[in-house]
Amino acid sequence: MRYVKDVALVVRSKNAGPYELTLDLMFPDENTYDEVRGSITKERIAELYKIDVSQVLSIVHFAPAHAVKITLVRPRPSGDLGETDVYGAQQHAPLFDLTY
Amino acid sequence: MEEIRVLSPTAILGYGFPLASFEAGLERDPHVIAVDAGSTDPGPFYLGSGQSFTQRSAVKRDLHYLVAAALERNIPLIIGTAGGSGAMAHVDWNLSIVEEVLRELGRTASIAVIYSDIERDLAVEKLKKGEIQPLGPVDQLTEEDIRASANLVAQMGLEPIMAALEAGAEIILAGRAYDPTVFAALPILKGFDTGLALHMGKILECAAIAATPGSGSDCLFGTLGRDSFVLEAPNPARQCTKLSIAAHTLYEKSNPYILPGPGGSLDLTETVFEELAGGKVRVSGTKYVPTEQYFVKLEGASLVGYRTVSIAGVRDPIMIEQIDSVIAGVKERVADNFQELKDYHLHVHCYGKNGVMGELEPTPVPGHELGLVIEAVGPSQEIADTICSFARSTLLHYGYPGRKSTAGNLAFLYSPSDLSAGAVYRFNVHHLMQVDNPNSLFKMELGRSGL
Repeated sequence: MRYVKDVALVVRSKNAGPYELTLDLMFPDENTYDEVRGSITKERIAELYKIDVSQVLSIVHFAPAHAVKITLVRPRPSGDLGETDVYGAQQHAPLFDLTY
Repeated sequence: MEEIRVLSPTAILGYGFPLASFEAGLERDPHVIAVDAGSTDPGPFYLGSGQSFTQRSAVKRDLHYLVAAALERNIPLIIGTAGGSGAMAHVDWNLSIVEEVLRELGRTASIAVIYSDIERDLAVEKLKKGEIQPLGPVDQLTEEDIRASANLVAQMGLEPIMAALEAGAEIILAGRAYDPTVFAALPILKGFDTGLALHMGKILECAAIAATPGSGSDCLFGTLGRDSFVLEAPNPARQCTKLSIAAHTLYEKSNPYILPGPGGSLDLTETVFEELAGGKVRVSGTKYVPTEQYFVKLEGASLVGYRTVSIAGVRDPIMIEQIDSVIAGVKERVADNFQELKDYHLHVHCYGKNGVMGELEPTPVPGHELGLVIEAVGPSQEIADTICSFARSTLLHYGYPGRKSTAGNLAFLYSPSDLSAGAVYRFNVHHLMQVDNPNSLFKMELGRSGL
């Protein structure tokens, strides 16, 4: 078992519009990308974030950037009352616990 | 014409660019200078209030160089989502800066201003006809939402900008516009492929963020041919790599293969990214797929109230251990004391526990110190001030079980401890609206300005 963070080049989060949060994992080469991407599932993400699987909208594999993109429903829209990260730029840390 | 060249000076008008990069971009002889001025990322306040998230002096600094270069070279300057959010107040603010720059340059120019504000009655009519639908995980729109919007804009596609170019505008200030349109309008008008032109615009829109090392305040240059386009950073310190360009395709969107916009989608399933010598990347294979019906995105923000915040730290381990029940107790005390005030929101953010991720935080375990932000939002600034002040003084002297630090619970960062933060807005419209004519929603005014 290895940590995805140890082989990923980029682990980041950002708004995809005010109602969705998108997480990108990017890998240095095709081999690493192919080795890791299969283990990134909606269930694993839901478990890491302790959210319902239905809140994980999509997982898309994007070969040209050796990237896996995960999109979540934002718990609250950007800037709504009680919301904590207007740009959504610091919601990626739970991915550091992802293993493969 | 075998190729058309587009200079994108900066990621957002007002974010700046090194003059040497801009001049290196001009040396490549662009046919158009285009820049995106907007984003929804800074949150709902800017759309709602009509204010820009960029500063006037920074926008003026950029415009001074852009306007002078465009007029001197007799090429169009196109600005999208003027003023940051593209409502009339934003566009007019940006226009006033362009006019000031023209006066200072001693020049005149023909300016097209394209407004994107949507009449509430029209939106209500469309809603009743079933021609408005949610975009993503959003509730169905209601008439109340439409009426409550402080500003309501639609995101224009290519057509209004192409019309402004055909009308002979030298400077185009567009309200809310789909980001790639300002870069793609001239190429498409000249007969270049729509899919490639829009995809090039999609990358140019963030300027040198797509290069490596990336920067939001530096230029990117695009050259569109008949079956591909090439991107390069005029600043020799930056390179476009296959990875930096492909990676940018992921940025701020949920699916990198299908990128929806007004009137159609970009399909990247066949897109090929090739690295060329000299820090350039060639992109080909992207297709534009028009939708059967033309949809535009509607964006609205409504006033929620007024905010007051107070910032304080906690270092006492006994209090930190029971911070949740302390905060709950304070909220109860506030509610009990102001029983006639129902319509307020009181929240205490706990940095050091779950301040960044809120309810999404999987490990809300407090550290040895906490940063608290007491936040009150009420229907008037006075009510917000009152609630925040009362919550702050209650928390300061709150007697929790086992308390030993009986002189006070909070380390205040400032005096005064409470900051009135003004109006608060929320996004309340994020929907797609069907339109028959992609031009008719967007009112263009063409005039000469300057001197």
